[in-house]
Amino acid sequence: MASSNSVLLKVEGLEKRFGGIIALADYDVEIRPGELVGLIGPNGAGKTTVFNLLSGVLKPNQGRIVFNGQDITRLRPDQNAALGIARTFQNIRIFKELSVIDNVKVAFHIRMGHGFWKTLMHTSDYRYSENEMEQKSHEILELFDLEAIKDQPAKNLPYGIQRRVEIARAMATMPKLLLLDEPSAGLNTGETDELVKTLRKIHDTYGLTIFIVEHDMKLIMTICQRIQVIDRGRMLSTGTPEDVRHDQRVIEAYLGKSGHGKQYAQG
Amino acid sequence: MNQSRNRLVFLALILLGIGFVALVRSTVNEYILSIINFVGIYIILAVSLNITNGFTGLFSLGHPGFMAIGGYVTAILTFPVSRKSMFLELPQWLANLEMPFFPASIIGGVCAAMMALVVGLPVLRLRGHYLAVATLGFLIIVQVLITNWDSVTRGPLGLNGLPAITNLWYVYPWVVVTVYVAWKIKFSSYGRSMLSIREDDMAAQCLGVNLFRTRVAALVIGAFFAGIAGGLWAHLVTAITPTSFSLILAFYIVVMVVVGGAGSISGAFIAAIIFSVLTEIFRPLEENLDVYGIGEIFTAAILILILIYRPQGLFGSREPGFLLTRDTQ
Ligand SMILES: Nc1ncnc2c1ncn2[C@@H]1O[C@H](COP(=O)(O)OP(=O)(O)OP(=O)(O)O)[C@@H](O)[C@H]1O
Ligand SMILES: [Mg+2]
Repeated sequence: MASSNSVLLKVEGLEKRFGGIIALADYDVEIRPGELVGLIGPNGAGKTTVFNLLSGVLKPNQGRIVFNGQDITRLRPDQNAALGIARTFQNIRIFKELSVIDNVKVAFHIRMGHGFWKTLMHTSDYRYSENEMEQKSHEILELFDLEAIKDQPAKNLPYGIQRRVEIARAMATMPKLLLLDEPSAGLNTGETDELVKTLRKIHDTYGLTIFIVEHDMKLIMTICQRIQVIDRGRMLSTGTPEDVRHDQRVIEAYLGKSGHGKQYAQG
Repeated sequence: MNQSRNRLVFLALILLGIGFVALVRSTVNEYILSIINFVGIYIILAVSLNITNGFTGLFSLGHPGFMAIGGYVTAILTFPVSRKSMFLELPQWLANLEMPFFPASIIGGVCAAMMALVVGLPVLRLRGHYLAVATLGFLIIVQVLITNWDSVTRGPLGLNGLPAITNLWYVYPWVVVTVYVAWKIKFSSYGRSMLSIREDDMAAQCLGVNLFRTRVAALVIGAFFAGIAGGLWAHLVTAITPTSFSLILAFYIVVMVVVGGAGSISGAFIAAIIFSVLTEIFRPLEENLDVYGIGEIFTAAILILILIYRPQGLFGSREPGFLLTRDTQ
């Protein structure tokens, strides 16, 4: 397709069932390079399922995912990562026993790492790539303001910093598309402000395309150019933050769940 | 600490080891010497299982199965041609083959590694407890096959009268090689991808780590050294039977890895020394008192205490500071 350059991610008719439950049905999305798109919806709406499908952790029952002009519907997560899709997890999945810098270094493995024999033989390109990974990790740590704690085991860090390490780690795969699943969950206001700054920074520095799931309406309304709303596995609305904010169906869906309704009304 | 200083530390340790080997070989008696050989073999076993179990988090109980394969292959290859025909009904080419120990043990290790590949392909789709049970199944299958393959293995009688070739000049270099390989892996990008699988396989996969390939590799690398250890063992004891490589042995090796600290090479090394020496200390005691199994009970008790009070093991996943360069710390 000629338009594959102007569309980074194109998803058509995606469906995921768990036994009898339809977690997601008839889901479409199109994301252009450099966009910052939000995905919102009440609890259990299917947001994480969307990310699991996009990253290859789950396989859809129906539909097609095209990334950068290539059909990736059936690929494994590591293949998707190699193509340039990185993600974070709603419940942080950090490598707890590894140091902060090693968390980041793991992510460089697909781009620059060597296999068993070169490692054993200590070849010159092995040494070169180890140095290269060291350098690049420092750059990433610098960017995310983690340099000072680089040698600490990740498990010792406060929640907010662990989230930051997870994003830094995802960035180290050098992605074209970054999927963030509720990056502000469990953060206090100060940490959330930090997060917004970080996201703006990586969006601006790398022109990175970001797809973000969030419950924090204020956050998502301020940083996203476009927002998609899903509810009970169905698409509800899509448009600019302004459009979505005034969409009657969205308001109803959220007011159904009082907690988020309040949050939403404030946003 | 810089790279070259670090190299010097390792070189010094290796030379110290050579000095130790030379010293004990000229001073201590045969009995003590054989214990030291066993300790060396246990170090190879524990450090290599640590690659599979400690780095990559594959809870394998199959190590003695790979040892058995390495042990039998090596034994059959080194067995004198004149005596082979008396015991075994081997194919012509094998019956006429008598190999030096070193290449034979390499072939033993390679066979064990190939078996790990064959077993790993189906079994490594399983996780956690399922994997442990499946590798246990593998261990039992190996024992049953060896027991019933009379023409090659002499069945339950086993092979005895093997040439007593194993000595510290064979064991020690293999200890060094095993530790070198484990160390090299651990502090490389390749090893970090293994550790990441242990920590969280889904996150690792989403960062581009090929789970299946890396898991299989971890099993195969561990199995190679288990095969080598099997060959050394066979030619130290000078006899092997299907029961030489039992679940009890799997238990001992796993305990060494767990107590040392899963992922810590130094931990596995030290735990291997402690436990193999302990068993040897208890052996005469058991014989005098005519109560057997004290060693096993003691080992199990230590394991339980460690699991309760220090579940990460003696060293956690770490290595002592004086062995580390700044960038490996
Ligand atoms: N692995 C699974 N097995 C069975 N059901 C699942 C699985 N994953 C998700 N579901 C179900 O699919 C639906 C959508 O879940 P999903 O996690 O995608 O929601 P979500 O929008 O991310 O919700 P939240 O805001 O709580 O994170 C829910 O009903 C959930 O129970
Ligand atoms: Mg979710």
